[in-house]
Amino acid sequence: MEIQFTLNKKQVTAEVGADTVLLGVLRDLGCKSVKCGCETTNCGLCTVWIDGRSRLSCSVLAAGIDGHEVTTLEGVEEEAAEFGRFLAAEGGEQCGFCSPGFIMNVLAMKRELEDPDLEEIKEYLAGNLCRCTGYMSQLRAIRKYMAVQKENSGKEAQV
Amino acid sequence: MSVTEERKNMRVVNHAVPKVDAEALVTGKAVYTNDLAPADCLIVKIIRSPHAHALIKEINTARAEAVPGIECILTYKDCPDKRFTMAGQTYPEPSPYDRLILDQRMRFVGDAAAIVAGTSEEAVKKAMKLVKIKYEVLEPVLDFRKAKDNPILVHPEDNWKSLCPVGADNKRNLCAHDVSESGDIEAVLEECDYVIDRIYHTKANQQAMMETFRTYSYLDTYGRLNVVSSTQVPFHVRRILANALDIPKSRVRVIKPRIGGGFGAKQTSVSEVYPALVTWKTGKPAKIIYTREESLIASSPRHEMEMHVRLGADKEGHIRGIDLYTLSNTGAFGEHGPTTVGLSGHKSIPLYGKAEAFRFTYDVVYTNVMSAGAYRGYGATQGIFAVESAVNELAQVLGMDPTVLREMNMVREGDVMPAYYGEQTQSCALDRCLARAKEMIGWDDKYPCRDMGNGKVRGVGVAMAMQGSGISSVDTGSVAIKVNDDGFYSLMIGATDMGTGCDTILSQMAAECLDCDIKDIIVHGVDTDISPYDCGSYASSTTYVTGMAVVRTCEALIGKICERGAEYLGCPVEDVEFNGAEVVNLKTGESITRKEIGNRVMCFNNEALSASEAFSSPVSPPPFMAGIAEVEIDKETGVVEMVDYAAVVDCGTVVNPSLARVQTEGGIAQGIGMALFEDIVYSPKGKNYSNSFMQYKIPSRLDVGNIRVEFESSYEPTGPFGAKSIGEIVINTPSPAIANAIQNAVGVTIRELPMTAEKVYKGMREKAENR
Repeated sequence: MEIQFTLNKKQVTAEVGADTVLLGVLRDLGCKSVKCGCETTNCGLCTVWIDGRSRLSCSVLAAGIDGHEVTTLEGVEEEAAEFGRFLAAEGGEQCGFCSPGFIMNVLAMKRELEDPDLEEIKEYLAGNLCRCTGYMSQLRAIRKYMAVQKENSGKEAQV
Repeated sequence: MSVTEERKNMRVVNHAVPKVDAEALVTGKAVYTNDLAPADCLIVKIIRSPHAHALIKEINTARAEAVPGIECILTYKDCPDKRFTMAGQTYPEPSPYDRLILDQRMRFVGDAAAIVAGTSEEAVKKAMKLVKIKYEVLEPVLDFRKAKDNPILVHPEDNWKSLCPVGADNKRNLCAHDVSESGDIEAVLEECDYVIDRIYHTKANQQAMMETFRTYSYLDTYGRLNVVSSTQVPFHVRRILANALDIPKSRVRVIKPRIGGGFGAKQTSVSEVYPALVTWKTGKPAKIIYTREESLIASSPRHEMEMHVRLGADKEGHIRGIDLYTLSNTGAFGEHGPTTVGLSGHKSIPLYGKAEAFRFTYDVVYTNVMSAGAYRGYGATQGIFAVESAVNELAQVLGMDPTVLREMNMVREGDVMPAYYGEQTQSCALDRCLARAKEMIGWDDKYPCRDMGNGKVRGVGVAMAMQGSGISSVDTGSVAIKVNDDGFYSLMIGATDMGTGCDTILSQMAAECLDCDIKDIIVHGVDTDISPYDCGSYASSTTYVTGMAVVRTCEALIGKICERGAEYLGCPVEDVEFNGAEVVNLKTGESITRKEIGNRVMCFNNEALSASEAFSSPVSPPPFMAGIAEVEIDKETGVVEMVDYAAVVDCGTVVNPSLARVQTEGGIAQGIGMALFEDIVYSPKGKNYSNSFMQYKIPSRLDVGNIRVEFESSYEPTGPFGAKSIGEIVINTPSPAIANAIQNAVGVTIRELPMTAEKVYKGMREKAENR
């Protein structure tokens, strides 16, 4: 069947089967940031946003996103690069294979949680596995990034 | 200049430079194998044996071949009957030549029975169901304790071959055997006041890198087989493919793109042979992407080992002798079997260098489970769990603080280590590492345990570790640096960045040596047609071995830049100096810039302005570390939670503090998984139950507690800028330190990993019943 949806603010169409999952469709449409790490919804590598909410694209049927809005890392590249600089400063991207899904969820958390504490951050991101870093560097990066974001929004509020 | 001053004066090395590929990675650019594979690749999949031991009697592919889109179905009849090893090791490989691409004999559940290639995933999956294979099911050897001299042979074939004298004998299910000793261990143990005599058991673990095994291949303009693969060992893969396909090495080219983690898994050529065979047979591009399930059932996990330790000491706590017997399970094939086992003794016993005698004996056996391979730590992890646990048990018997016992016995700078090939430590800050780790955790206040008053008790536990820096007298790294127009440098390396950051740290070293900005250097790796030879990234070799090759290449290149500058300035070379930006005539003050030299060598020039040097070391200086775990145990359930982990590492000069810290934190997190829950579990018939991340759980960010890392640096005179390795040692302390913390918290000693809540609970129950 043919589906139409918004991918990174652009209208796209794709020919999909009844059992086609979104992950492969997105990669075929050129969004190579979306990675597959496990096939069993355990790793978080394939995290994208559907209508602004984090979802695992390996467990979403493509047929179901007809008419919806999908965002991948390619769609928020500048914001990803900005957080990415904090991540890289800590060495927290390492092999980088989990970075896109992880960053999508960090940016979703930024939108959803106001001023989360350490435990809230860990819980929000618990589904994003990383085998390289041991997670500490990612937490350092998030806290520094969040602090700068807060400072900036404070400045904006004062203006 | 003192070491501290020298480090202070470094502009690039010893600084937390972000990785040179960071921006591409954090913005999700298409840089990994599957992102780069051409869209017209044939999809390659493998039909895998459902039996642990069987012979293929018949394969009927007729119906499968008729599926539209199927290009070929290959069976053992299509493969050369010439055995090879998939182990990525320097030739002649210690691992036996015991593999065929496809074999008539199936040796584990998941062994490759046939290859199916077609134009789409759907077609291939459909065809796989239509291939009919008749097996003669045989009885498997599944208990590694009963494998040696078992009448059932895993490798009865006559063309099995061992290239090195490692004590292998396929007619005994033996992949390796050896004994090494120094002093009279029996006499020493006889005299000891205390002998700890215990058996420890570590299980097979998965590296579980986020990017599974994957490879694509195609024929190039010259009809050569080009292979792009997620591998740690491109040059070894070139040889492995030539061996497997029985074609000249000159027909093979291997390229390594970005890699989504390796941890040793990709030091075995797990996936390369399959698309390579398809491309070689069909002339068409082909790719294989392992599913996570395949990556968990047919890969290259850590060797399961059972270690019998006898540790003797006098009543004051002086360790006088260590006797270790290791039984290692290499599974169906011998990849890394003969070598991993060696580290279980050679990199654990020397921590107690003062002992008068040691003996280290081992057997490595074949069984009908998936082949083991290389996993970070490479046998040292297993041996250190055993020896460090035995030392902790000795402390208990003596009623001593285990850190004090270590302070009495640990190896120190200048000590000769008989069990470490007789090498002397020229750099060792292990004493400072342990002292600092104790401070960080607050050992003196927290040892042995604190009852939290809420049904939970917190204990602290300690372990030390060592590793090597490359394989002495074997590992070779070479580097080439070219000067280009406008004077920028190309740094060509054969070392394999698999996320670890070697492209960055080698660039840092080159920038330091050449007195330039790191941005003046572009780095290229790895393409076996272009890159200078490097054995690859494993055995903790890259920083030390390839790092020294960078230093040497830079020295040679600076000499050449001076010669060329002097020529252009019209003065003797003795009169000039290169300051990174220009060659200056010290007598006249005249100078010529690097940029100008770079441009001038591109016109009317008879000698390329480039240098290439190699490095191989007769020694392998060990990094050292101390790790202290604080855990909280629920007295009702036995659940163990990580609270805090203090780790202090001596890797010599820290080349990049943020990358070294992340290596350490990551290694500790993997070690925590190994200690507490990672386990490959087989059914009684040899089926692997741990075939997804649901059954094979790796730590999430909720499981690791707080991990804190510091460095206490010694200075290694044979290493680049005083550096030693960091990549592997960091996984070695969690298992013994956590075991010790559990012991100190609830008095339960666990000698078999993983240390699950069930085992802790059972231990507490038994203790209560015996009271």
